[in-house]
Amino acid sequence: MSSSMSETILQVRDLHTQFFTDDGVIKAVDGISFDIARGEVLGLVGESGCGKSVTSLSVLRLVSAPGRITQGQILWKERDLAQFSEAQMRAIRGNEISMIFQEPMTSLDPLYTVGQQIGEALKLHQNLQGQAARQKAIEVLRDVGIDDAQRVDAYPHQLSGGMRQRVMIAIAISCNPDLLIADEPTTALDVTVQARILDLLRAMRRKRDMAILLITHNMGLVAEMCDRVAVMHSGIIVEQAPVEELFARPRHPYTKGLLKAIPTLTSAPKTPLSTVSWEPTEQERAASHLVEVGDAHFVSAWAV
Amino acid sequence: MSKQSTAQKRAEGQLLTGKAARMAAQTSLSPVQLAWRELRKNHAAMLGLWTLLALYAIALFAPFIAPYDPQDQLPGDHGSQTFHPPMRVRFRDHEGGFHLRPFVYGTVQQFTPLRDIVYPLDAAQQNAVRFFVSGAPYKLLGLIPSTIHLFGVEKGRAIFVLGTDEFGRDYFSRLLYGSQISLSVGLIAIFITFSLGMLIGGISGFYGGVVDDLIMRLCEILMSVPDFYLLLALAAALPITLSPVTVYILIIVILSFIGWAGMARVVRGMVLSAREREYVEAARALGVSDLKIIIRHILPTTFTYAIVGATMAVPGYILAEAGLSFLGLGIREPMASWGNMLSAAQNLTTLQSRPWILAPGVTIFITTLAFNFLGDGLRDALDPKSRRLG
Amino acid sequence: MFLYILRRLLQMIPLVLGITILSFGAMQLAPGDYVEQMKQNPQIRPETIKRLRQQYGLDKPPAVQYFYWLKNAAQGNFGESFTYKEPAFKLIMSRAYYTILLAFYSGLLAWVLAIPLGIYAATHRNNWLDRVLNFGAFAGISLPGFFVALLAMRFALISGWFPVGGASSVNYEQMSQGQKILDTAHHLILPTLVLGIGGIAGLMRQMRGNLLDVLSENYILAARARGLSERAVIVKHATRNAINPLITLVGYQISGLLAGAALVENVMAWPGLGRLLLESVQTQDLYVSMASFVMGAVLLIVGNLIADILLAITDPRIKFS
Repeated sequence: MSSSMSETILQVRDLHTQFFTDDGVIKAVDGISFDIARGEVLGLVGESGCGKSVTSLSVLRLVSAPGRITQGQILWKERDLAQFSEAQMRAIRGNEISMIFQEPMTSLDPLYTVGQQIGEALKLHQNLQGQAARQKAIEVLRDVGIDDAQRVDAYPHQLSGGMRQRVMIAIAISCNPDLLIADEPTTALDVTVQARILDLLRAMRRKRDMAILLITHNMGLVAEMCDRVAVMHSGIIVEQAPVEELFARPRHPYTKGLLKAIPTLTSAPKTPLSTVSWEPTEQERAASHLVEVGDAHFVSAWAV
Repeated sequence: MSKQSTAQKRAEGQLLTGKAARMAAQTSLSPVQLAWRELRKNHAAMLGLWTLLALYAIALFAPFIAPYDPQDQLPGDHGSQTFHPPMRVRFRDHEGGFHLRPFVYGTVQQFTPLRDIVYPLDAAQQNAVRFFVSGAPYKLLGLIPSTIHLFGVEKGRAIFVLGTDEFGRDYFSRLLYGSQISLSVGLIAIFITFSLGMLIGGISGFYGGVVDDLIMRLCEILMSVPDFYLLLALAAALPITLSPVTVYILIIVILSFIGWAGMARVVRGMVLSAREREYVEAARALGVSDLKIIIRHILPTTFTYAIVGATMAVPGYILAEAGLSFLGLGIREPMASWGNMLSAAQNLTTLQSRPWILAPGVTIFITTLAFNFLGDGLRDALDPKSRRLG
Repeated sequence: MFLYILRRLLQMIPLVLGITILSFGAMQLAPGDYVEQMKQNPQIRPETIKRLRQQYGLDKPPAVQYFYWLKNAAQGNFGESFTYKEPAFKLIMSRAYYTILLAFYSGLLAWVLAIPLGIYAATHRNNWLDRVLNFGAFAGISLPGFFVALLAMRFALISGWFPVGGASSVNYEQMSQGQKILDTAHHLILPTLVLGIGGIAGLMRQMRGNLLDVLSENYILAARARGLSERAVIVKHATRNAINPLITLVGYQISGLLAGAALVENVMAWPGLGRLLLESVQTQDLYVSMASFVMGAVLLIVGNLIADILLAITDPRIKFS
């Protein structure tokens, strides 16, 4: 599934997002660029705090004070979201681009039923109300594997973590988005539940030709789910490549370190896991623009 | 920062971890030092702290600062100078002449045809304000005998910066002496309440079982009674024959008796949850004695809460004492407290035409405001979880 | 829900019993009794005093007196006022009406003003109005209620716009029904405002803090990501979640209102329960003290029960069980 073949729906260009705190400016996202094609799964990997969550929030323009997008373009189907009004943005959120979060336990409002919360998106974007919205909600819940129609009237506290993440996905896909941003969608879940959620995401993508921006720190998940990968560190993308290419020929020292840190069955027992410690120097930061080193394989200029 | 999503906070927090960790390692500040640093950044809390320090210092040196003895009924031309209005301290006289030394005009006491007392100014009598003058004897801090007062006027003349009360006593002096009562009652009562609350709550939480049940039922009963009603009933039970000092002590005891239940319940809850913590279980597994566990591991966790809780609770006690004394059930004459000084304002004529009688209300307000500012700042500084910037 | 309320009411019985013991004990702490004060009067013969003692049962030991009282109270007889020569129950009911009237409107005022102000402050954090409101809230919780009551009385005296204390005009009895309501309302305005200030300030601070906490919750971000407008997010999700914890504070609020009312009633001559309690403890009118004390506690307990029911209705996580 080569990305160059199909239509590019999202192009992020030189995005900067900064937080203006009492202790100074924090450059959470410091000039990153990436594309996502229709139906493609792009993995954005990196350790905690590298700016990947802020990137995802920036795409939906959901970064709130003291954070702000300071520079760059977010081209969604050739229109720059960075220039959109709030009202225009609202028409995009939950409709063309949806998002699911790491913590399903706290991502649903405890005071409203599942059906009511799915209904909110339906009412906003599809003008469905009352019985029609309820029917549609039951339908989407079935799509995400919740067959019991009664669940539509359940409150979040009556559902397990896995169930809640399904509900979050149901809300996200209820309006047939072209892009789903999944921020660590399985991190907070049990391993068995994780697998089922991933299956669900894969099925959704196939069925609806929906692109996914998968944000994760888990290289295994990347290998399993993604077409292409962007490796992020300290607010910049250090390497970007198709998934097989990246695993086979990592170029950047940080990427190499990340891949080395994955424990394998073949490694000798009791060898300590390798850790990754890499911090960009000023020179490296200055030469952090990506250059192509192979077929769709990009890496920071200084690492070439 | 709380307007941000937690996801963002997380992202940001992690960005900072490296830097913050290094900083913490370099400076290695104790929790108390960290809290103090936080507190110092909070302007309102610092204003509260300085105000309180000033107030308590004034209370401590009240006899020195006050120009008169609070019990002295100061004589005028015809009996005591009842309800003399406040005098203005002036630098400029009636002819417009400037005086380097501040002065007050003297007054003459006269009666209107309706037998009201009035105090017209006597422009001929300029009483210069002198500093460190000799006056009524007192014992500074209860120990050092002295007759020196911060300021005053010539013997036989009078200076009433806040006027006088119905018995012709200097209101400013009474306000200063009253601060000793009003400021100490709250502090002592809170100390007793918290000691009681922590002790009883600690016992209840740590031992559980029947003891816990009994204590908790008692707390429930106490907490189901509107506390001011209980205060009223208990304070009214104090016999009229008691000396003012005894009443003062008993009022503190009563105030402490009301508050401990709520405190005990909170402490019990904290002890119960602390008992479940891993480090306490670990200590127990290592064979550390109960008492040692309570002192070393459980009390420190409740201590932060106690400090914040105490600071926040002091205003309640000050207000309760003032309220009781105002109703005539608390501190009794001739002892002055801010509450009982305000009682005079229950007379409608006084309320309407002698507004200086309301001055203690303002000082109570300043005190409680300062405590609330400080308490709020302390809570933010000591408990990072509740920290809300601004 | 009916069963839940019934069970809660049954649970109240031992509690109220405990409260009666506590209050009886508190009353007994005072030396002497109502009749004792008559001794000061040389006109009254010692035999009369002895006879009165027997008549009121005051010659019996306190425990016996308590059980007499309890037995009668269980049958709806709360004793008679020594001072007013009226049944204590009748007396406290008319006084409780005025206290409830005052406390209810003050509480209502606090909620009606504090919630919108709290929402405004939280959503406009650190702008000048938020700072002003924040300072105002601190001032509000720091102001001594009886001092504000004195200021209000002074205002009434000087402006002449409001009655100077009391709950009704002298010619109240001659008024038509409509005039009576207006008259009571006119008398109610100042005490309600005075008693309401602390509540407004406290609730507003709570609301602001809660809302700020809620706004950082994940479900708020999720609601925004769904395309909801900021207004919808705040009104529909954030405000409801922020108000819920406030409902649990209603109990404290009632306690505070009753305490505040006791002082305001005394300053502003409002014929409420707190004023009656003060009068009766001062004259050692035992049964009236007991009745108003217990009545105050019952108001508080019932208020808490109502708050719990409200919370169970608004929060799906809490069940009637």
